[in-house]
Amino acid sequence: MDTGVGPDGEAAEATGESRVPRRGFLRSLVAWGAGIAAVGVGVPEANALRQGTRAAGTAAAATGTRLRRWAMVIDLRRCDGCQAIDEPPRCTQACIQGHLAPEPMQWIEVYEAPLPGGGTQFIPSPCMQCQNPPCVNVCPVGATFSTPEGIVLVDQMRCIGCRICMEACPYDRRFFNWGSPPIPREAALTEYSAEHEVPAIRGTVMKCEFCPDLARGGRRPYCSQACPNGCIYYGDLEEDLATNGREVVRLSRFLSKNTAFRLKEELGTDPRVFYIPGYGQDVGRSPYRRGLKRILWPWRRVAAGSERWGR
Amino acid sequence: MSARRGDPPAAWRARLERRVLAPLARTGWRYRLWILFLVAVVAWAVFAYSRQLGRGLIVTGMRDRISWGLYIASFVFFIGISHAGTLLSAILRVSRATWQMSITRMAEFITVVALLVAGLFPFIDLGRPDRVFNLVRFGRWQSPLLWDIFAITTYLTGSLIYLLIPLVPDFALCRDRLGQEAPRWKRRFFRAAAVGWEGSPGQQWRLHRAMKIMAVLIIPIAVSVHTVVSWIFAMTLRVPFNSTVFGAYFVAGAIYSGIAAIILLMAVLRRVLHLEEYITRTQFVNLGYLLAALSGVMMYFNLSEYVTSGYKMEAGVAFQFRQLMTGSFAPLFWLYAFGGLLAPALVILFRRTRTIPGIITASVLVVVTMWIERYFLVVSGFRVPLMPYAPASYAPTWIEWSVLAGAFALFALIVSVVVKLLPVVSVWEVTEQEEWERPAEVVQERGWAPAAVSPSSGGEP
Ligand code: SF4
Ligand code: SF4
Repeated sequence: MDTGVGPDGEAAEATGESRVPRRGFLRSLVAWGAGIAAVGVGVPEANALRQGTRAAGTAAAATGTRLRRWAMVIDLRRCDGCQAIDEPPRCTQACIQGHLAPEPMQWIEVYEAPLPGGGTQFIPSPCMQCQNPPCVNVCPVGATFSTPEGIVLVDQMRCIGCRICMEACPYDRRFFNWGSPPIPREAALTEYSAEHEVPAIRGTVMKCEFCPDLARGGRRPYCSQACPNGCIYYGDLEEDLATNGREVVRLSRFLSKNTAFRLKEELGTDPRVFYIPGYGQDVGRSPYRRGLKRILWPWRRVAAGSERWGR
Repeated sequence: MSARRGDPPAAWRARLERRVLAPLARTGWRYRLWILFLVAVVAWAVFAYSRQLGRGLIVTGMRDRISWGLYIASFVFFIGISHAGTLLSAILRVSRATWQMSITRMAEFITVVALLVAGLFPFIDLGRPDRVFNLVRFGRWQSPLLWDIFAITTYLTGSLIYLLIPLVPDFALCRDRLGQEAPRWKRRFFRAAAVGWEGSPGQQWRLHRAMKIMAVLIIPIAVSVHTVVSWIFAMTLRVPFNSTVFGAYFVAGAIYSGIAAIILLMAVLRRVLHLEEYITRTQFVNLGYLLAALSGVMMYFNLSEYVTSGYKMEAGVAFQFRQLMTGSFAPLFWLYAFGGLLAPALVILFRRTRTIPGIITASVLVVVTMWIERYFLVVSGFRVPLMPYAPASYAPTWIEWSVLAGAFALFALIVSVVVKLLPVVSVWEVTEQEEWERPAEVVQERGWAPAAVSPSSGGEP
C-alpha cells in the first residue's frame, strides 16, 4: 500500500526519491500508535529532495554564505495582457511550455480585474510563495513544503490527492490532475523533481514552483523571460536585487518608491510576490481596451490517450 | 413501557425476552430479499468506484475551483448522523433519565454504523488511494485531516466499547435462552460474547462502574469529533468557512440530524421486530421534543450567522449571502430553512400533529434537508471566487450519486445484519427499570424482590 507499489512508486524507486530508511518507517509506525504528540517526532525526513534542500540550508549557514530568498515583482504598469502583440499572455504560454503543464492549468494566470472607475487592469498571478503558507500548514503528509529559500513546493511522489491544500490556498493557485494528464514525449524522458514538476502525475496537485532550478543556474523563470514588456522582475531579497532582464533594481527601494503591494495582504499569508499598481499605461494600453486571447496547450496533439478537463 | 403493568412480572419479562430474542433465532424470506437488494446496491457502488479508480477523479463533477463536493458533504452528513446516538444515550444515562432505556441500544448502535460509513468517504475522495499509507508514514499532526483521523478513531473505539459493555448481560441471556432453533454458530457466538457473565454482585458492580465511566468520557469525545470535522473547513481562509462559530454550528447540526436518524431507525425496527410494547409514544414524543429544541438552536445559529454577515455585506461574504438567499443555491437553502428547520418544529409543537406518524415525517424532513444543508454548505463555500474569475459550477456525476446510494445501502446492510446478532433492546436494563418502577407492595405481595442493583443507585456496593 505504500508508494513502492503504485505505478509512480516505480518511478520513485528509479529516481530513489521517496525511499524511506527502514528505521524511519518503523519509527513512524510506532509514533502512529503512540498518538498525536508523537507523530511530529515520528515524521522522518524521508524525501531525498527535502534532505537535499535542508542540507543546502545548513551548509550555507555553516560556510557563512547567505541563503537565497527568491522574490518576484510584477510591474502592472507594463502589463497589457499582450494585447499589443495580439497574442495570448506570453508569460502563461512560456510557463505551460516550460513545465509541459497539462490543460487547463495556468500556473501563472493573467486575471482581468475591474478598476473602480470603469475599465480593467491585468494581474498576472503565479503562486504567491507565501511565507505563512496555508497550503503547507494543512497538508496531512507534508507533500507540500517550504524550502529554506522560501519557496513552496509540492512533492507529487508523496501527495495523496486529498486536496485540502486547494481548499486552503486563498489565491486559487493550485491545480489538480483530475484525469490522466497529457504527457508529451519529452516529458516522459524528464527526471522528476519537485522543483520541476514534470511529468505530471494523475491524482496529485501541481502549481507554480517559482523556477528555483532555473534561478540557481542564473536564469530567470520562464514567465519573466517571455514577457515582451519586461514586466516581471525576479530576484533575491537577501541580496536586495531583482531584474527583468533589461535592468537591475535595488529591490527594497524599487518596492517602496513604487508603492508596491501584495495580494490579500490582510490574510497574513506574507507572499513573496509583489505588485506595482497599474493597468499597462507604460506600454500605452488604454484601461478600456478589454480582453485576453485564449491560452493554448500546444502539445496536446502529440499526446495520445490523455484527457483534458475544464476548470 | 408499563402498558401492561397488570401482568405478573415473570410473564412480562418472559414476553420481553421472547420478543427481543425472536429475530436472533429465525430468518424469513423477506429478510433475505431485503439483504439481497442492499447487497446489489452496494455492489453497484463498488462498480462505480472501480470506474473512478480506473480513470481518476475526472469521472466526478469536481474540478480545480470546486475541489470538494458530494463526497465530503456526505462525510460530514454521516458523521452528523453518528453523533446523537452515543451522546444522547450518555447524557440521559448520566442525568439518570429512564424513558430511553428501550432505545439506548439502537442509539449507540447507529453511532457505530454511521461512523464506519462516514469514515469511507475521505478515502473515496482521495486522488491517490494507493498512497493512503503515506498518512502513517508521513502524517503531520499540524493538519486538520490528521485531527479528523484521530478524533474519529477515538470516537469509534469509545462508542464501540460503550455499545459492547451493556451488551454483555444480554449476550448471556441469549446464551441461556436461545434453544435449538438458533443455528449452532450463533449459540457459540453468544457463549463467547457473554464472557462468562453470571450476574454476580461483583460483576454487576463492575458493569455499572464501567458504564458510568464510559458515559462521562464519551460526551466530550463526541462534541470534539464534530468540532474537529468542522475544522477541515474553518481552518482555511475561505470566506464562508472562516468562522469561529463553525464548530458549534456543526455540532448542533449533527445532533439535530442524529436525533432524527434515531427516530427513523426506531420507527423501522419497532415495526419490523414488533416492539410496539416497549417503544411507545413516550419515546417518540420525548425525542420529538429534543428535535424541536435542536431545531430552535439551529435557527438561532443560522440567524446569527446570516444576519451579522448579511448586514455588513463584506466583499466575499456578500457573494455567499446572495447565492444562498437569491442565487443558484436559493432553492436548496429555503427548502432547508422552511422544510428542514421550521416545518419539523411546527409539526412537533402542535398537539394535533404530535403523533408517531407526525414525528416520523418530521424526522424524514430533517434527515433529508440536513444532507442538503451539508451539500450546499460545502459547494457554495467553494464557489465563492477567490480571484477575479467567473464563478465555477459543480454537479455530481452518476458515479458520485452511485457511491452515495451505496453508502446508504451499506448503512442499512450493516444494521440489518447486526440486528440478527444482538438484541436491539437492552433486555436487562429495561427489566431493571420496570422492576424499579413497580410499587413496592406489589413486589412484596408476589414474593418477588427487586434486582440486586438498581439503575438509580448506580450499583455502588
Ligand atoms: S492534495 Fe497533496 S499536496 Fe495537497 S494537501 Fe493533500 S497530500 Fe498535501
Ligand atoms: S499562493 Fe497558494 S499555493 Fe502558493 S504558497 Fe500561498 S497558499 Fe500555497
